[in-house]
Amino acid sequence: MTTNLQTGPVPGGRTAPPALEVRGLVKHYPGVKALDGVDLVVHQNEVLGLAGENGAGKSTLLKALVGLVRPDAGEIWVRGERVRLRSVVDAANHGLGMVFQEQSLVPNLTAAENIVLGSEGPGVRRGIYHWRTMRRLAQEQLDKIGSHIDPLARTDSLSFADRQMVEIAKVLRIEERTSHPPVIILDEPTSVLESKEIETLFTQVRRLREFASVVFVSHRLDEVLDVCDRVAVLRGGRSVGEVPAAGAAPAELHRMMIGSTGSDDHYHDGLAERSEEPGRPRLVVRGLSGRTFRDVDLEVRAGEIVGIVGVHGSGREDLCRALFGAEATTAGEVQLDGERLDLSGTRAACAAGIGYVPAERKTEGMVGPMSVADNMTLTKQQARCSGPLVRPRKQATLVDTWIERLSIRTPHRGTAIQRLSGGNQQKVVLARWLVSGDVRLLLLDHPTRGLDIGARSEVYRLMRELAGSGVATVLLADSLEEAIGMSDRIVVMSDGRATTEIAAPSGGKPTPLDLVKEMV
Amino acid sequence: MTSPAEADTEVVQARRPQPRRGVSLRDAGPPIALVVVFGVFAALSPGFRTLSNVQNVLDAAAVLAVVTIGISFVLMMGSIDLSAPGIMGASAITVALLVANNRNDNDLGFVGIAVAVLLAAGLGCLSGLALVLLKVPSFMATLGVSAVGLGLATLLFAGVQPNIADPMLEGWAVERFLGLAHLTWIALGCVLLGWLVQRYSRLGRYAFAIGGAEEVLALSGVRVAPYKVAVFTLAGAFYGLAGVMVTSQLSAGLVQAGRGYDFSAITAAVVGGTLLTGGRGGILHSTVGVLLVTVLTNGLVQVGVSPYWQGGVQGLIVVAAVAAAVIPQRRRNQVTK
Ligand SMILES: Nc1ncnc2c1ncn2[C@@H]1O[C@H](COP(=O)(O)OP(=O)(O)OP(=O)(O)O)[C@@H](O)[C@H]1O
Ligand SMILES: [Mg+2]
Repeated sequence: MTTNLQTGPVPGGRTAPPALEVRGLVKHYPGVKALDGVDLVVHQNEVLGLAGENGAGKSTLLKALVGLVRPDAGEIWVRGERVRLRSVVDAANHGLGMVFQEQSLVPNLTAAENIVLGSEGPGVRRGIYHWRTMRRLAQEQLDKIGSHIDPLARTDSLSFADRQMVEIAKVLRIEERTSHPPVIILDEPTSVLESKEIETLFTQVRRLREFASVVFVSHRLDEVLDVCDRVAVLRGGRSVGEVPAAGAAPAELHRMMIGSTGSDDHYHDGLAERSEEPGRPRLVVRGLSGRTFRDVDLEVRAGEIVGIVGVHGSGREDLCRALFGAEATTAGEVQLDGERLDLSGTRAACAAGIGYVPAERKTEGMVGPMSVADNMTLTKQQARCSGPLVRPRKQATLVDTWIERLSIRTPHRGTAIQRLSGGNQQKVVLARWLVSGDVRLLLLDHPTRGLDIGARSEVYRLMRELAGSGVATVLLADSLEEAIGMSDRIVVMSDGRATTEIAAPSGGKPTPLDLVKEMV
Repeated sequence: MTSPAEADTEVVQARRPQPRRGVSLRDAGPPIALVVVFGVFAALSPGFRTLSNVQNVLDAAAVLAVVTIGISFVLMMGSIDLSAPGIMGASAITVALLVANNRNDNDLGFVGIAVAVLLAAGLGCLSGLALVLLKVPSFMATLGVSAVGLGLATLLFAGVQPNIADPMLEGWAVERFLGLAHLTWIALGCVLLGWLVQRYSRLGRYAFAIGGAEEVLALSGVRVAPYKVAVFTLAGAFYGLAGVMVTSQLSAGLVQAGRGYDFSAITAAVVGGTLLTGGRGGILHSTVGVLLVTVLTNGLVQVGVSPYWQGGVQGLIVVAAVAAAVIPQRRRNQVTK
């Protein structure tokens, strides 16, 4: 998919200054050099990919470009002019706008209000709303990206993908502030999207390139290479090089990211090692029904990894939550190792040895202001307590072991988890279930969301290790490829029902297309 | 990657969550509760279902309604406001001393009312400033302002109760138009005004947005501090008007004019669905809450529940009403603080 025929960068003979240039940007946080002299150039009408491991400094760099992070040193140049960005408004005035890694819309306002928020212009006159004008302004933005969302719909009633379209429509409002082509920054926009939504997003990105420059961050390197013209790589807060996307291989990028010729072992390999036969049925679900799923039968054996695939709204997330007691059920029975499972609450599930990694990390997965150590041992109270008392030393050794094993990038185990980069937060959340050695069933809802390749293969390795030790795993994978690579068996859910089951032993893997046929 | 994406297109679109505009079914709880409670009392007590009693209920709701509208804007932002008693006391004494009264020769009439409301707005503004400039949590800031208001009222009161002799102000409480006291019409006007502000002014919408996701506003380049101050100021003005209304009812300015209104107003707002977490509910919700609370109080009297029991019974019913109101929104593992 090399589509950059007419608009790709033309290095030689360029006279116009680049749309955006960063020189020697430095940013220190207590204990970390988030940025350590980053250089970056973004050309006019170019899609620049930004790759790097978790904690490499990508988000920090991008936040500096929209005035949210004040760099300690270094320069930012916009179209040949040095700028100082003190706020998002400053950045917008220079044509720089960002779609954030965690979505940032006001949920209880309409889509239209979110799109024009902070720059309502004629939509609000003397403090009074003109809903019709507001609607028209928003519609103009939505038209730019060819979206058919109702501008007056409440934002929290929109699907995730639609909300992202709203964000893009919103960020394009900066065009009203400057006559120059804008630079649109997308920080991990795809990590929460389904494949079809990703395709829509890419169409948008390609459309944006006609009149803007785009900076694009993703941990899925094939994706980066697909949509970008050029990819710059960050490592440890420094720029370590760049490659033209055309013709580059993900493996090559990955090597630059980790700075060595490390093996790019993926979920595809290594599976054969797990020769041992899955054991007796561990999780048995019979006729389970809930708000969004009906009459689901499911069986997972000890040591088996079962992937559940399905589109948005197939009910698989809620099924997963229900198994953890976090979602009400109306009928059906669940047995764990032959014993009837109490689904009335999450405490019972924890006590029964069920671990759950929620997809919504920020709201359900972690306690932001608490330390890495406390977050990691949240469920494993024995690890740090005797009776009601916390035992810091025991906790410390345990936590440090896991920080090391998962190579979690944190200055200290006492650092508040919200200070960590997104991917590192996810590792801590995962580690929570790994530290408690007595897990029998793991429910993983998008466990590798936002993780870089290295961390991801680490998680895969852990999953296999756990499976090898007899843990049963239910996996809601981030992509079909992941589901296929990791699972021994794949259950397809559609419209709230488990419709098909496909065996996926190593050596006999189905193709994504096989699955999609069943999903429709 | 391309082919799977194309293949599941229609499926994805078929199952989108339904985009919603405005009001939804989950807001229906409080109005239904109001109808049910009303029906129950009407069935139990012949005295309750007379037209004149319905008028009584509406008249009795007037002051609480005005206070609740003010507090609702604050609650929508996710803040809390306990300053109503102090601000109402200050405005009650102020207005009593400025219109025709037995303490001095003032006879400012309408201007006196305006001054009292402005003073109240100023006190509200003080809460807002303490919140945004000194970063005092709204709970403490408004508690402090309430004390300031009470102190001011006590100073002005100076030991001698000002009885008013202003015909217009006295008339508000006794004269009727279409069967309802003028105070009730004033309250209705406030409901309308509050609703318009909430729906059509940037102030109202931003108050709502602040309760929804304050950090997003900052990310969008909106400075929220001025809006917070403005909301507390607006709330103060409503409390001030409520203080004036109480003065009209009592024909005298009392320091305790606003006693207990802070918690009744919060209760009414929450019962109506304007939750303390912010970003939910609104003026109409809160108004329904006011009616629900007032109907309860009145109904218990009509049904003949002993006055010794009424407080407790009312408390229980309020908790039940709130529980009923949030049933449609309740989900497992919801955090309640
Ligand atoms: N507010 C902060 N306080 C302290 N440290 C921070 C803060 N923000 C980021 N860091 C640290 O700076 C480093 C770079 O973080 P950044 O979020 O830029 O990484 P990233 O490349 O975006 O990673 P990911 O792919 O996981 O999102 C990390 O080590 C992180 O812990
Ligand atoms: Mg990041």
